[in-house]
Amino acid sequence: MNKEAMVQKMTDMMAKFVGFTGKKLPDDVIAKLEELRAKEDSPLAKVIYDTMFRNQELAVKLDRPSCQDTGVLQFWVKCGTGFPLINELEGLLKDAVVKATFATPLRHNSVETFDEYNTGKNVGKGTPTVWWDIVPNWDGCEIYTYMAGGGCTLPGNATVLMPGEGYEGVTKFVLDRMTSYGLNACPPLLVGVGVATSVETAALLSKKALMRPIGSHSENERAAKMEKLLEDGINAIGIGPQGMGGKYTVMGVHIENTARHPSAIGVAVNVGCWSHRRGHIIFDKDLNYTITTHTGCEL
Amino acid sequence: MVTYQDGKKILVTPISAEDLKDIHIGDIIYLSGSLTTCRDVAHRRVVEEGREIPVDVRNNAILHAGPIIRPLENDKFEMVSVGPTTSMRMEKFEYEFVKTTGVRVIVGKGGMKENTANACRDFGCIHCVIPAGNAVVAACCVEEIECAEWRDLGMPETLWNCRVKEFGPLIVSIDAEGRNYFEEKKIEYNERKEAQIAKISAQVGFIK
Repeated sequence: MNKEAMVQKMTDMMAKFVGFTGKKLPDDVIAKLEELRAKEDSPLAKVIYDTMFRNQELAVKLDRPSCQDTGVLQFWVKCGTGFPLINELEGLLKDAVVKATFATPLRHNSVETFDEYNTGKNVGKGTPTVWWDIVPNWDGCEIYTYMAGGGCTLPGNATVLMPGEGYEGVTKFVLDRMTSYGLNACPPLLVGVGVATSVETAALLSKKALMRPIGSHSENERAAKMEKLLEDGINAIGIGPQGMGGKYTVMGVHIENTARHPSAIGVAVNVGCWSHRRGHIIFDKDLNYTITTHTGCEL
Repeated sequence: MVTYQDGKKILVTPISAEDLKDIHIGDIIYLSGSLTTCRDVAHRRVVEEGREIPVDVRNNAILHAGPIIRPLENDKFEMVSVGPTTSMRMEKFEYEFVKTTGVRVIVGKGGMKENTANACRDFGCIHCVIPAGNAVVAACCVEEIECAEWRDLGMPETLWNCRVKEFGPLIVSIDAEGRNYFEEKKIEYNERKEAQIAKISAQVGFIK
């Protein structure tokens, strides 16, 4: 296959994959929602979960996006230096979003800042967002796709704490955000926390944390302990599905961390809504693919 | 009026203040009849510009939403996908809006505050939430789009006047007595949050 044909093929595959992720939730999210649904017993929580599951069934049956806010598309790319389309990748992802926008259809969610107009194509300056991790001596490419909706983007926040505030300060920072903005962000939420050295390092990690499979834990023992403490703590607040009260408010809390300056603790929080439309696809150099998030998805 | 079917309590437009008397925060209800999407700029036009709303919402319902619509032939439209948008953005306008238009049911996402609660109490109105993220369920409750006004506002902000059947489930968040479900809940949540911060903080003293 020549380069041009390969670019076309990967663009088509990514457009299909993006569209698919807008209609069907990943396996781990469905499993977690089923688990939480079974544990709720209040009439309000039950009627909310019944609606959610009926909606997901209808979305697949009628082939429509399950939520009208199909978000700004974000891609987390881990690309091998030997991947044949490394040079074309960012451009083809943008083309794939335009294609998916009209084929799926997706809502037009790219408003140019300052000029303040909707581009009508769902792409603009810097959107879709593409983050790069370069992997030396590999010829494959791994891509996480994410539809960042407006409701669950709003709670995002980052700050730098003084070391005296410690991990106690991190706890307060996260929990305050849950009771102020979390209610409207469509719980049960997946909560991503970045603990690093500055606002941008922490913020990036807090979003990266949302790409991890639900049920995974940090490799650091203390960070893993804190994930569990925060998960149990946020659940104990009782915000519940849609913020209307219930036993479970989160699908999980994921912490990602780096080392920090001795004088600073960068901390950030990002949340994913219950309709956590995340996909994960791995390509080899011939564009054979493996999808890890959605069983039965064929492109 | 109020009807019951298969154990569901259904408000059918036109709705009177009397119909809302036995509806309280936390109740689950459904809506049949006239529901018009109405959000940011439409509220501003009615309240700040003093323009008459071109769809009669008196004794009917509005929905804070920006839908995905597919145009059909002969100036007809299909509702593809519709979900609630954050109601709080309309809080600033809602007292005057309810007073002016005589709307009885406001559907949206998340809570609203005292402006809306006062309007509900003073004029006989309720605010409900429809579980968000369920755009296909909601779209399937729309039988027909009967008219579209203020089309100059573009697809999300046009007043799409829909005939709906058992639209819901709707959870009452502000009732006609002015009680506010989310505001009452927030007091509980904040109390429990403080307790949890203390409990977790006792176990994360990693800097020694």
